[in-house]
Amino acid sequence: MSRLEARPEPSRVMMLASPLIAAAAMLVTGSLLFLFLGQAPLHAFHVYFIAPFGSAYGIGELLLKATPLILCGVGLAIGFRANVHNIGADGQLTMGAVAAGCVALYFDGVDAPWVLPLMIAAGALGGLAWAAVPALLRVRFNTSEILVSLMLVYVAYQFLGYLVHGPLRDPAGFNFPQSKMFGESATLPLLVEGLRVNAAFPLSLLAVLGAWFFCRHTFAGYRMQVSGMAPAAALYAGFSEPKNVWLAFMVSGALAGVAGVGEVAGPLGQLQPSVSPGYGFAAIIVAYVGRLHPLGVLLASLLMSLLYIGGESAQIELQLPSAITGLFQGLLLFYLLAADLFIHYRFKPRTRPTPTTPPATGPSASFATETAPHES
Amino acid sequence: MTDQAQDPGPAPGQQPRTRIEPRLQLLGISKTYPSVVANDGVDLTVMPGEIHAVLGENGAGKSTLMKIIYGVTRPDAGQVMWEGREVRIASPSGARRLGIGMVFQHFALFETLTVAENIALALDDKITPARLAPRIRAVSEQYGLPLDPERRVHSMSVGERQRVEIVRCLLQSPRLLIMDEPTSVLTPDAVQTLFVSLRQLAAEGVSILYISHKLDEIQALCDKATVLRAGRVSGTAVPREETAHSLAELMIGGDLPTCSLAPRAPGEVCLQLDQLDLASSDPFGTHLQGISLALRAGEITGLAGISGNGQQELLKALSGEQLAPRPDSIRILGRDAGRLDAAQRRRLGLGFVPEERLGRGAVPGLSLADNALLTGYLQPATGMLKGGLVRRGAVRAFADAVIERFKVKCGGAGAAATSLSGGNLQKFIVGREIRLAPKVMVLAQPTWGVDIGAAMLIRQAIIDLRDQGVAVLVLSEELDELFMTCDRIAVLAKGRLSRAVPVRETSINRIGVWMSGEFIETETIEGANHVPA
Amino acid sequence: MNPDYVIAFLASTAGAATPLVLASTGELVAERSGVMNLGLEGVMLVGAVAGFAATLHSGSPGLGLLAALAAGMGMALVFAVLVLTLQTNQVATGLALTLFGLGLSAFLGRDLVGQTVAPLPHLSIPVLSNLPFVGPLLFRFDALVYVSLALVGLVAWVLARTRTGLLIRAVGEAPHSAHAIGMPVLKLRYATVLFGGALAGLGGAYMSLALTPMWAEGMTAGRGWIALAQVVFATWKPRGLLLGAYLFGGVTVLQFHGQGLGIPIPSEFLSMLPYLATIVVLVVICRNPQTILLNKPMSLGQNFKAD
Repeated sequence: MSRLEARPEPSRVMMLASPLIAAAAMLVTGSLLFLFLGQAPLHAFHVYFIAPFGSAYGIGELLLKATPLILCGVGLAIGFRANVHNIGADGQLTMGAVAAGCVALYFDGVDAPWVLPLMIAAGALGGLAWAAVPALLRVRFNTSEILVSLMLVYVAYQFLGYLVHGPLRDPAGFNFPQSKMFGESATLPLLVEGLRVNAAFPLSLLAVLGAWFFCRHTFAGYRMQVSGMAPAAALYAGFSEPKNVWLAFMVSGALAGVAGVGEVAGPLGQLQPSVSPGYGFAAIIVAYVGRLHPLGVLLASLLMSLLYIGGESAQIELQLPSAITGLFQGLLLFYLLAADLFIHYRFKPRTRPTPTTPPATGPSASFATETAPHES
Repeated sequence: MTDQAQDPGPAPGQQPRTRIEPRLQLLGISKTYPSVVANDGVDLTVMPGEIHAVLGENGAGKSTLMKIIYGVTRPDAGQVMWEGREVRIASPSGARRLGIGMVFQHFALFETLTVAENIALALDDKITPARLAPRIRAVSEQYGLPLDPERRVHSMSVGERQRVEIVRCLLQSPRLLIMDEPTSVLTPDAVQTLFVSLRQLAAEGVSILYISHKLDEIQALCDKATVLRAGRVSGTAVPREETAHSLAELMIGGDLPTCSLAPRAPGEVCLQLDQLDLASSDPFGTHLQGISLALRAGEITGLAGISGNGQQELLKALSGEQLAPRPDSIRILGRDAGRLDAAQRRRLGLGFVPEERLGRGAVPGLSLADNALLTGYLQPATGMLKGGLVRRGAVRAFADAVIERFKVKCGGAGAAATSLSGGNLQKFIVGREIRLAPKVMVLAQPTWGVDIGAAMLIRQAIIDLRDQGVAVLVLSEELDELFMTCDRIAVLAKGRLSRAVPVRETSINRIGVWMSGEFIETETIEGANHVPA
Repeated sequence: MNPDYVIAFLASTAGAATPLVLASTGELVAERSGVMNLGLEGVMLVGAVAGFAATLHSGSPGLGLLAALAAGMGMALVFAVLVLTLQTNQVATGLALTLFGLGLSAFLGRDLVGQTVAPLPHLSIPVLSNLPFVGPLLFRFDALVYVSLALVGLVAWVLARTRTGLLIRAVGEAPHSAHAIGMPVLKLRYATVLFGGALAGLGGAYMSLALTPMWAEGMTAGRGWIALAQVVFATWKPRGLLLGAYLFGGVTVLQFHGQGLGIPIPSEFLSMLPYLATIVVLVVICRNPQTILLNKPMSLGQNFKAD
């Protein structure tokens, strides 16, 4: 058996290749799964992964589903780079939707151009406020932001449920738990007649651009990167960890909130008991598969969106269970993590006597070893 | 200089004399890592009951050789002979089964467990800590290294922890004991105690491999020495028959370089610690009490002391990584700095080189250029930042300048920090800090694990800083280095700071005594507002 | 208020607490050895669906529990291979496991929605079960409740008093030192992670076989995450797990008994309580950094690679 050996330097090639390898592996597994479910693999593959590209409507749906993923993913990636893990994006998305929905319903009947921008601002603020809680608790009380942001997701779900069953329920809605449909002025304009993709999509592209500029050119982006890679070095350099935590959560919370607006002021058109099929969680996968890089997030969002759309078509056309989508998403991330191994390690075939690896990860307080040029 | 006596054989009619087998013999050992040849055809012979030194500067290959003997890594070529038979040592437990014990430089201990639990874990037969306790007491007393089996390791000093390591080895009745740089964590007194224990062991027939770069210790303790240089054996010797000069010749091909300080009158006080009390943020750390010190322009102050006596805490307090309770307990150039963070202190003119290179002084995953930005941004003259944006051109230019001025061997400013050797990375970090033109410079273990060439360059750079009027503080465990490069010296022991005395007025022995905590309290600061305790 | 009702309310906390006791005990063992499995939620769900499916098809709850155990170990094995052998990031891999578990359990359970099985039978202990007050309060639970309590005791004893426990604690504190003295660090971590997965699977199955004997997508509703918080709340000591789990259990059943107990709060807000309570509990424990520094296994979350 060959042994794993650390590379002297991380492999640039593998950094770009591993998401592709992971996607390919997922596709192969998917085809096997189709076979197992009694479907002709090629046909199922076509319905799932190819067909959506075949029509303008399909592409529109692709972009529509990608929008919240891009918005959330870009925000999460910025945070993950700094080792700040916002796992509660779905809750922030929900609260953003709630805030925007409240504005829409409050100004129901008012036909003015400022309603929509106000909704977007409210949504961003709603997401931001919901994200402020895990940030505050981490900075003040050292709590795990992963657990706190996650708990708040369930709280947000319950709050939305309360609103659509109670105060915001449409009186003319036959007791269904949903709000009134939003008016014309409270709905995002469509990009192309006949397609459902709306103005939130260009907003998401702006977010990608903004994030790229932030990470590449601003000092704040550099600080967050150092903080994630070497917290002791960030402390040494005088970078403020609380600042990084706040920034990461404010940005991702606001973007998730806007994603929420995109849903309720877009394809949903109202507040419903659930406004997200787990976009906030899928965005986590998108962030990692996209290598935490804004452009990568964009591409990964399109891939993930394809999984959603394909899953819906496959359900209708092939009676494949919708749960396959979740399965694929999980598999994709697993494969990515496994493929990432080869960025830092490579297989070295056994020769006699066996060469073994120099220390790649040593004790945290280790100094330079005398011989190996790599230290930790 | 031969290793084995050539036995001419018995004369006709006489009984054949028995030949004494070497305990350990390495023949032609080679080991290569991806970018460096660590060992190249190394031969080594250790006889029973012999204290055998392996001498060499940092980077010569000593550590790798020991790892091979202890089974942590395997050689690419060569043979290992144990008591006359060839063996393959596949793992540390394999080494222990043969009878090889190793006392590591970085202890393999568990702080939250007791001495007995620690030792019980390491023994290959499953004995409970309770049953082990009397044996621990007996063996530790027998060799002059007394231990209390019930104490938790975190409450023990570094020297005491080394005893646990040694006793752990001794309980397995080793026939070869490897000691890797054992005296860097000991006061001069404790060094003598250790030597007595080692001689006792040798007299009982245990062979000892003693790794060190300290010539005087080797001359005092060791029977034979094998000298490594750049991965090869440059010679063997009987240390007592050699001079420091001849040993140094073998070690680095010339005399150990020295540097010297031209006498200089110090200038005004640049950094002042005034009765600094600080609780350690580490639950097992050392609290600082009443630390007072004045650093003056154009003067190098050395801080001696074994690690674990408050060094980490003092460095964090100085650098701003941990804030002091009172703002006026630290004053930089006359400004209260105790509550300022690291960035603010640097803006006041403080430079700091930490002892951890990768992970603190530099970010492992980034290039040298990106690492230049780490503290470079604090000096507006570098032009690295403009309006919150990073100007990559200026960053790169700065990094190139550091690389050139300090002769950093690397693949350019774009090379990853992890691709540099320890010495070169240290040169880069020191160079970066120096280039930011600080008024006060603090360096922690600046030449630790660094080859002689880089070490001399760094020492000279520090002296040049001092000649330019910077106030310098150097923390080091190497007393020789401090005596060579400092104007005055103080000792940090058990969280308290001694007076700082001019180097010329004291000796290594005096300082050694102070290192165990016996010293006159800290000096009073002229002009201080309150009476010291 | 009807005393019988109060007793029923108090007794139901045990049911709500048991999945947490099981999952958090298993996770505690894994974390003491230095591995943090953020995928608990996914593991519990897979255990729940496996247990339910096995019971449904075989008619035997015992077989169902065994299936849940195996399913939990299987999920944990995937995690272990990725994190321990392939050296992937523990946080990302744990999240991946959760999402994968969500998807896998939904997929496996797609035909099981709406079906029911007989819940785990409640024990009838001679004499004890028939005591007034105390009987229905303490001695009429199903076997798994008592098993979970015994497990906590067992884990506490193993960690504190046995050599295995010593090895686990040592590996959790300083895996490199442990490796240097020859301990099988990775083997030990594989064992603790699989143990954690088995118990989490069991905890999930308790929900689908005893609490609400049915299967629904995502039915654990965050309990896996809460179990992770419980380990922190207990400062990595087994005895603290019971307090946390039963506290949580009490808060959880409030939402079901809210109206019965006459509490005039909308049910959705009562449903928020367990999650808010978890946040409060985390704040209380974490606010003093020394508490965490003194108790958290030092190598928690960091990967170990042998030289």
